[in-house]
Amino acid sequence: MNQSLRPDKAALVELFRDFIEPQYVINDEETQKPFECDGLSVYCDMPLITVLPKTVEQVCEVMRICYRYQIPVVARGAGTGLCAGAMPNPDGVLLVLSRFKHILDIDPLARSARLQPGVRNLAISEAASPYGLYYGPDPSSQIACSIGGNVAENSGGVHCLKYGLTTHNLLKIEMVTVEGELITIGSEGLDSNGFDLMALITGSEGLLGVITEVTVKLLPSPEKAQVIMAGFDNVQTAGDAVGGVIAKGIIPAGLEMMDSPAIIAAEAFAHAGYPTDAQALLLCELDGSEAEVQEQIAEVEQLFIELGATTTRVSQSEAERALLWKGRKSAFPAVGRISPDYYCMDGTIPRSQLAHVLTEMQKLSEQYGLRVANVFHAGDGNLHPLILFDANVPGELERTEEFGSRILELCVKVGGCITGEHGVGVEKIRQMTIQFNDQELTQFHAIKHAFDPIGTLNPGKGIPVLKRCQEYRTLDRPQHKHDSQPQQGDLA
Amino acid sequence: MTDISQELIARVRQASHDGTSLQIMGGGSKQFMGREPIGDPISLSEHKGIISYEPIELVLTARAGTPISEINSALAEHNQCLAFEPPTFNGQATLGGTLACHLSGPARPWSGSIRDHVLGIRLINGHAEELRFGGQVMKNVAGYDVSRMQAGAMGTLGIITEVSLKVMPKPAATVTIKQEMDAAKAIETMNRLSGQSKPLTGACWFDNHLYLRLAGARSAVDSTVNQWQGAALEDTDAFWSTLREQQLDYFLDASSLWRFSVKSSAAHVLPDEDWLFDWGGAQRWLRGDFTADKLEALAETAGGQVSLYRGGDRSQEVFHTQSEALQKLHQRLKHAFDPNGVFNPNRLYSWM
Repeated sequence: MNQSLRPDKAALVELFRDFIEPQYVINDEETQKPFECDGLSVYCDMPLITVLPKTVEQVCEVMRICYRYQIPVVARGAGTGLCAGAMPNPDGVLLVLSRFKHILDIDPLARSARLQPGVRNLAISEAASPYGLYYGPDPSSQIACSIGGNVAENSGGVHCLKYGLTTHNLLKIEMVTVEGELITIGSEGLDSNGFDLMALITGSEGLLGVITEVTVKLLPSPEKAQVIMAGFDNVQTAGDAVGGVIAKGIIPAGLEMMDSPAIIAAEAFAHAGYPTDAQALLLCELDGSEAEVQEQIAEVEQLFIELGATTTRVSQSEAERALLWKGRKSAFPAVGRISPDYYCMDGTIPRSQLAHVLTEMQKLSEQYGLRVANVFHAGDGNLHPLILFDANVPGELERTEEFGSRILELCVKVGGCITGEHGVGVEKIRQMTIQFNDQELTQFHAIKHAFDPIGTLNPGKGIPVLKRCQEYRTLDRPQHKHDSQPQQGDLA
Repeated sequence: MTDISQELIARVRQASHDGTSLQIMGGGSKQFMGREPIGDPISLSEHKGIISYEPIELVLTARAGTPISEINSALAEHNQCLAFEPPTFNGQATLGGTLACHLSGPARPWSGSIRDHVLGIRLINGHAEELRFGGQVMKNVAGYDVSRMQAGAMGTLGIITEVSLKVMPKPAATVTIKQEMDAAKAIETMNRLSGQSKPLTGACWFDNHLYLRLAGARSAVDSTVNQWQGAALEDTDAFWSTLREQQLDYFLDASSLWRFSVKSSAAHVLPDEDWLFDWGGAQRWLRGDFTADKLEALAETAGGQVSLYRGGDRSQEVFHTQSEALQKLHQRLKHAFDPNGVFNPNRLYSWM
C-alpha cells in the first residue's frame, strides 16, 4: 500500500474498465452530473470517477483497488438521502449500487426477503403482498429509496412507534469491507453470537462498509387499517391527545401531527378535506384485525372529542384513508408551492416537550425572519420543521441553516437528539458536538478505525474529526462545503 | 436507589493502571452463561434504582443493577410492561445483565428483544470514561448505535451503568391454546400462523404439544381462539412464566443445554433427541452431550447458530465459531473500547 504509486485518473479508469463494462465507469463531468448530490442538493460535489458495478465480485475488486491506493469511496443507491451522506468526494470513487435491483428470494413461510441493496423499499412490500406480507419501515421516500440506503441511514417513517425502524426489521446483511473482503453479519435466526455488528452497521452512513445484500423480516399485512383525523384549536391540546391515546394502552400504526401552516399548504395541494382553520391536525391510524380496529377507532374518536377536538373524521373506505394520508405524505412538496425553497429539519424530542419546542421555534422564526411549517411524527417525537426561504436572496440560505442549527440545539436541550431518521451526513456534522462530548466522539472514531483503519470510507461524514470539534463548538456560523471540509487523518 | 458510578470508574481506572482484569457482576443470575469468568469481581448490585419513568412517553431509565422484577412492578402500576419478557431468574436478574446477555422471553419474534427496546445507555469504557450513547427518544440516528451493540457482548466492551428502554402497554386480554402434534407439524404450523394478522405473541412446542398464546384487544383474541381452536389453558400467565424462567422440567435436567437460533421454518433435525422449541421455531433447545462441531454444522444448515447455553465444558468455546474476518473485526472493536483488556476477558471467546 503506497499512495505515492497511486495511478492518475486515466489509469484508474482503465483499472476499473478491466472488469466493469466501460459505460459503467464514468469520468466525464456531464455524465457524472446527476450523481453530484443526494436529496439535499445544497451540498454537492463532483466525484473523481463514478462506477456502477453489477456483481458483488466487482464491488470487492473496486474496494481492493481503492484500498491499495488509499482512494476515498462513497457508496450510494437511489440518492434520496436528506443529509448529504452520499455527497461524492472530489478525490474519490463514487460507488453506485443502483444496478443491484433484484429481489433474490421471498420466503413466505419464514416471512423474510433476501434483497440486493438497490431494491426500492416499496417494491419489497409489492412483491410480498401476494403472500399477505409486507415490509414494515416505510420512509416517506419509499417509492424511490433503496433498501441498502435504508440500512445505511437506519430509515424510519410513519410506522415506527408500532413497527420500529430499519434496525428492528433486519435479519442479515452481506457487506464488503474497506479491504474488499465480503462478510456476512447476522443470520436467518433472530439472534447471533458475538458482537451485534448489525446494530453498528445500521445507520452507519456508509462509514463502515458497503452493503451488497440485505435480508429483511416481513410482517403479516393487517386485516384492516383505518385512519381518524382530528382538528384542534391549539397545539398543546393536540399534544395532550397524543399522550391520551398512549395512556389508554393503544399503540397506533401511525400518529402524525401538522401545524397550521402545514395544514393550509397540504390542503391547498391535496384537497384532503383538512380543517384549514385548525391550529393542529392529528392523523391517527389503527391497524390489526377487523374487530380490534373497530373497537379502537371508536375509543380514540371519543377520546379526541373529550379532549377538545374541534373536528373529527374517520375514513370509511380505502380511498378515503389514502386521501387523508395524501395531504400528510405530500406536505413537503405542498410547502414547496408556497415558498421558493424549503429546508427540512429532523430533530427528535420527548413528546411532553412539544408545546414548549413549538413556542420556542416560533420565537426563532420571528428572530430570523423566516417562516416555518411543522410536520411531526407525533407518535415517536420526530419533528420535521420546514424552514421556508429563498435561495436567490443573498444570505438567506445561511440564515436558514443557522435557524436550523438552533432548532437542533433546542431538541438536544429538551432531552432529544439532532436527527431521528435523516442521518448526520455532512449536514448535521457540526451539531454532533452538541449531542456528544469529545470522549464520546473519540469512541466513535475508535469504532470507525476498527472497520476502516485508513479512513477512506465516506470520509468527512457522520462523525466530526476531533481537531475540528473545538472549532465547531465555538463557531456560530454554519460551515458549507465551500468552507474548509473536515480533513481525513486529523485524528490519527 | 444508589449511584456508585464514581466508585466503578475508580475501580476501572485502577485495574487499567495495574493491568488486571474485572469480572462484571450484577445479581449473579447468569454466571452459568458464556465461558468461565475470570478477573476480580466488580459488583453492580448496589448500583440500582429507576431514574425516570414517564408512562406517557413509554420510556423508562434505570441503573444497570436494578432488578428486572423491580422494573416489572413499577411498570405494572401503569398497566405497562417490558414487551421482550426477560427472565427474572428468581428476582436476581438485573437490567444490565439482561442487556449484556441479550435475554428475551417467548414474545421475542413478535415484540422484539431487549436489543430492540434499548434507546440509550451509559457505559464505562476501558479508559474509565463514562459515556452516553443513544438517548430517551424512540428515534435517534446520530452516531453509531453503541447501545444495541451491547446486546450479547457479555460485558466485554465495558460496564453498562444505565439503560433507557422503550416500554409498552400490557395487552388487554391473553388466552393460550394447546394442541397435540409432532415436531415437524409444529414447525410448519407455528410459521404458517405467524404469517397471519392475528394477535399471536407466543408459540412453543414440547412433549408433543404446541402452545399458542394470543394477546391483545379482547375482541381480536376471542375471534382468533374461535378460528384456531384447541384447549384453552387454565393459567396462561403461569405457563409462559415457567417457560421464560426455564423452570419447566425440561430445563431442570442436569445434562448440557444447547441453544439454537435458526430460521424459524428450518426443518426438524435429530428427531430422536430431546428438543423444546420456542419463538415460533426460531429458538430451539436441545439437551444432551454433543460435539460443538456437529451442532454448528446443523445450525448453519438451518440458517443460524448454536451455543452451549448451560453445563458442559466452559473452558472451551461455548458460542458459535466466528469466521476469520469477523474475528478480526471483533478483536479490533474490543480494542476500540477496552484496549487494556480489563472487562470480562475470554468470557465471550477465548481469543478476546
